[in-house]
Amino acid sequence: MGRRSHLGAAITFAALLAAAACGSPNPAGAGGDTGKYGFAAAAQQDGKLVVWVDSTRLDAAKAYQKAHPDAQLDIVTYDGNANGSNTLKTKVQLFDRAREGWPDVVFTTDNNTASWASQGNNAFVATLSEGLIDKSTLDDFAQGALDVCTVDGKVYCLRNDLAQVVLWYNKTLLDQFGYTVPKTWEEYEALGEKVAAEHPGYIIGTAGDAWAPEIYMWGAECPANQVTGPKAITVKATDAKCVRAAKMIDKLVANKTMSMAPLFGPDFAKNLGDKVLMLPGPAWYGGAVFQGTIKTPAGQLAVADPLHWADQSEPVTGNVGGGTWWLSRHTAHLDAAKDFITWITTADEYQVALSPGYPAYSAAATKWLTKQQDSGYYAGDIAAPLTAAAGQVWSGWGSPEFSQEAVWAKTVIPGQTDGKTVESLLPDWQTAIEQQAQVFGYQVKK
Amino acid sequence: MSAPAAAARTRSWRLAPGHAFVSGYFVLLVAFGIAPAVYALYLSVTDSGGGFAGLANFVTTFQDYRFLPALGHVATYLVLWLVFLTIFVLVLALLVHRVAAGWSRAALRFVYYVPGALAGASSVLLWLFMLDPSVSPAADVVRFLWGDTFVSVISPGHLPWLFMLIAFWTGAGGWIVVMYGALNTIPHEVIEAARVDGAGPVTVALRVQLPMLRKWIVYMLILSLAAGTQLFVEPQLVSQASFGVVGTDYSLNQLAYLYAFNQGDFNGSAAIAIDLLIVALCCSGLFVARGGLFDVD
Repeated sequence: MGRRSHLGAAITFAALLAAAACGSPNPAGAGGDTGKYGFAAAAQQDGKLVVWVDSTRLDAAKAYQKAHPDAQLDIVTYDGNANGSNTLKTKVQLFDRAREGWPDVVFTTDNNTASWASQGNNAFVATLSEGLIDKSTLDDFAQGALDVCTVDGKVYCLRNDLAQVVLWYNKTLLDQFGYTVPKTWEEYEALGEKVAAEHPGYIIGTAGDAWAPEIYMWGAECPANQVTGPKAITVKATDAKCVRAAKMIDKLVANKTMSMAPLFGPDFAKNLGDKVLMLPGPAWYGGAVFQGTIKTPAGQLAVADPLHWADQSEPVTGNVGGGTWWLSRHTAHLDAAKDFITWITTADEYQVALSPGYPAYSAAATKWLTKQQDSGYYAGDIAAPLTAAAGQVWSGWGSPEFSQEAVWAKTVIPGQTDGKTVESLLPDWQTAIEQQAQVFGYQVKK
Repeated sequence: MSAPAAAARTRSWRLAPGHAFVSGYFVLLVAFGIAPAVYALYLSVTDSGGGFAGLANFVTTFQDYRFLPALGHVATYLVLWLVFLTIFVLVLALLVHRVAAGWSRAALRFVYYVPGALAGASSVLLWLFMLDPSVSPAADVVRFLWGDTFVSVISPGHLPWLFMLIAFWTGAGGWIVVMYGALNTIPHEVIEAARVDGAGPVTVALRVQLPMLRKWIVYMLILSLAAGTQLFVEPQLVSQASFGVVGTDYSLNQLAYLYAFNQGDFNGSAAIAIDLLIVALCCSGLFVARGGLFDVD
């Protein structure tokens, strides 16, 4: 027995020594605002540009390669951080420890990257607005488009597409039922009661997805997510403005004109595909939901101005996602990376010809709308409401380091499934946001 | 250990073929078992700069609002799982052992073993389909037991039962085969003697077979406990499939993962890992002591 324990102790000691020899994982001096573009760039050299995209944006990288046959690209597909998967953050934490391996350019669909990747000693993304990208280029993006890229007035990404919430509706069905398009949430709620009574089974909205708060709460100016500084957030989820949006959801869920089925779940297309009268939702619903998932026939789908509450002096709307392109500050191919993200976000060859979403770059957006209109799929003018909504996204809903979608999905949706109302769940939602914010070191004000 | 045995050990301490056989295991044990555990211990008592932090990481993680719920989830799951595993594995193994016809015995053993042959993550994926009433082949049963939609099926109260079911289905088959093998080691004369004394099948099982299987049961409990405290794949995949309705912080192992790769706090992550190690070691120690696993016959 004695020999064995000596051996064990020797192994433990040796391993401890080895572990101690690995030393500090965070050598001082990394990061800091130096260098000509506002960050300390790595030594530049030739080589392949490593680009991470999600499967939808693979087309973008391929289009760049086609337009630039000499460019050396190493295109890697990953999940794009969708549904709060945090893949990029996970990998970057590992690369930070290994001190190598970072991609040069990354596409993401979440809106939390700027908060975690731009701050601290281990900042990952490069500052774009300190001379790397011309101010005139940045100014040509739609108003508010770069909000999710901005921390403390510095821009860290280029926006790929906008996801402003508008009102999608089936014009054929609406005309057939003899209803008019609602302009305010009050009218929308009243329409819901009418539909429930006269055409039960038809739905005018959904609330079963994690992004429900970004449609209903964001557009209602609910102050549950006001990021006031890099590590400061004000959370007032039980504010009157949140309560009235919650009451509206509760009423429509109760009379079954608002579905709790997830839009991309197996049930939705099967059971509700031909029962969708209207959906308040982001610009990408047109392609991804109506054309892709529920396959609404051509000539029926129309877009109206985003809904707003009657007393909102200036109509505002919400936003659900919208991709962004980031440049690593560790890249050894700064010029190539810069050229790549600038081309992808601004060039007609991708943004107009191929992009499934509404381009964030204003000039491309105009041409993209014309192209969509010419396709003949939509009933009526889609350009006016989409363009107007692009500038109406309320700036009071911030982009913290954590996913608000994840908090809602975990806190509110199970409660609703249990038969509780959103109104009664608002205090829980408040607590959940506060706790999540504190975990990430935020100063929380209520 | 008696004196002659100790002497035998000392004498045998020279290179023998046995050492060559265990050396491969020993190298892997050090590289992937002991060294990482020691590194985790080192991380858990230091801060991100490498300075000594005492128990600070343990206190911080314990005070995290997600820690106690996660601990509760894992504990509930473990109790449910270990109880069901023990009861059903033993009952099924005894039944198979009693089945007379050789071919049905072999067939049953094979059927029990098949689910265990599926790799962990893929069998969880299979269960995600089983549990979604809109696509499940057993949709009526799922609807009757748990609700009409996937979200209601995976509501918090159902989760320990679902994870127990998944774990039982993927893990129990192998144990039934092991227990069956163990039952075969019981000498036929012993059973025969019990029968002569008037014991029926139930008495034989309870008074003869189960006591003689004690070590095997303890062995099963220790390994299952170690696997169960590390609950990760099941909640992680259910979380992804439900688009986050089940949080990514359901179990302690997931919380450790979040600390490391979401918050960048490897020291806090290591502290949770050490918590788990201590709990698993204590429980295993208890099982070993009470079950006499290392007693020499």
